[in-house]
Amino acid sequence: MPPISRGFRGRRPEAASRERLPPGQYETRDFPVLSAGPTPRAPLSKWSFSLRSLDGKTARWSWEEFTTLPKTALETDIHCVTKWSKFGTKWEGVSIDTLLDAARHRGVEASPYTMAVCDGGYTTNVPLADLTGGKGMVAYTFDGAPLDPEHGGPARLLVPHLYFWKSAKWVRELRFMERDEPGFWESAGYHIYGDPWREQRYTGDP
Amino acid sequence: MTAAPTIGRLDWRVATIAEIVAETSTARTLLLDVPGWPGHRAGQHVDVRLTAEDGYQAERSYSIASAPEDQRLALTIERLEDGEVSGHLCGEVRPGDVFELRGPIGGYFVWTVKEGGPLFLVAGGSGVVPLMAMLRHRAAANSRVPARLLYSSRRWADVIYREELAEMSAADPTLQVTHAITREPPANWTGYRRRIDRAMLAEVGWPPAERPRMFVCGPTPLVESAANELVALGHDPSLVKTERFGPTGG
Repeated sequence: MPPISRGFRGRRPEAASRERLPPGQYETRDFPVLSAGPTPRAPLSKWSFSLRSLDGKTARWSWEEFTTLPKTALETDIHCVTKWSKFGTKWEGVSIDTLLDAARHRGVEASPYTMAVCDGGYTTNVPLADLTGGKGMVAYTFDGAPLDPEHGGPARLLVPHLYFWKSAKWVRELRFMERDEPGFWESAGYHIYGDPWREQRYTGDP
Repeated sequence: MTAAPTIGRLDWRVATIAEIVAETSTARTLLLDVPGWPGHRAGQHVDVRLTAEDGYQAERSYSIASAPEDQRLALTIERLEDGEVSGHLCGEVRPGDVFELRGPIGGYFVWTVKEGGPLFLVAGGSGVVPLMAMLRHRAAANSRVPARLLYSSRRWADVIYREELAEMSAADPTLQVTHAITREPPANWTGYRRRIDRAMLAEVGWPPAERPRMFVCGPTPLVESAANELVALGHDPSLVKTERFGPTGG
């Protein structure tokens, strides 16, 4: 039993939100911004998104090509490792399933792990199984409008069942890997997988 | 973009409040005894967990204000409107009270004297806390790495660590502290009375050719704008490290 903080009562979430909140999280109605450096602003004319296989084969889409791929919509709760959760966020983008299909036709073979590589140098690792089957997308609208640069626009990875640092802002490439390797925050003390429901915030959390 | 590794598991530890220092009308510093504390680097933060009598718990993150060299771990906490945890830590608690914390957390927004400088720190409001840890560390290590702090507050009375910063810079010609007071400056104020902008960053900061290490911490709009302007002034984006926080129910 942890020590009682004398006089602390807290602001209990209502039963409905309690069920939606992973351990240690609280609900916010804002959309806080967190990133490690300045917001990159690449012009759309220079933007592309790629999937790259182990042997270096690459499937690449320009912004124009990317935004004509079949679009998926998703309404989901998101959970940031800094403790806030936001319910019912609405996104549109291209599912990883769609991208994998298209890449396969171009000879790009998948591997069991991926590293998301972003403008600004940010990286994060996600197992492929956490991106397929409708679980992940590259999102470019939020709440029906183009995604703001502060929130990762023009496009960010969206893997909402993991802590939100895995939903890499300004994503430009998914690089396939044979083995799981840590990305930016995962090398700086954050959990290699990051399941909010198991409260996997930091290295060594079970 | 690289970050230093943090190793090992972060266990919850019991922190006992040894002393409380009132900083401003809304911020206070808790000086803590934390048996087994593994030490930290300036700029890192901790997770705090409060437990109510019926077992209900709430967690938040707070920046460490003390230098690694200091005897006690210090957290400076700003009371947020309706803040579940900050309201308790800025109100109810008194010396002898306990709560849990774990850390240190964060291997990127950190500075040690070994990394050198020059150093340009940009703070808004309680965003000064992790930057103060860097300045305290620099002073404790007798470092003469040239350092400049540009610190924006609404009112003169809201300036956290005001006297300590004045003493620190008076005693050290290689440290320069500049305040921007956006709403209520003191009488006869000759300093900046506007928000941090590009011209101010150029006047107070170092030229890009000096390749300063820059740390920007504060509310999101300030950090977004200051970081963008630093890049626009020609600074290498990889030298601009940011930490943002919004008043989100903490």
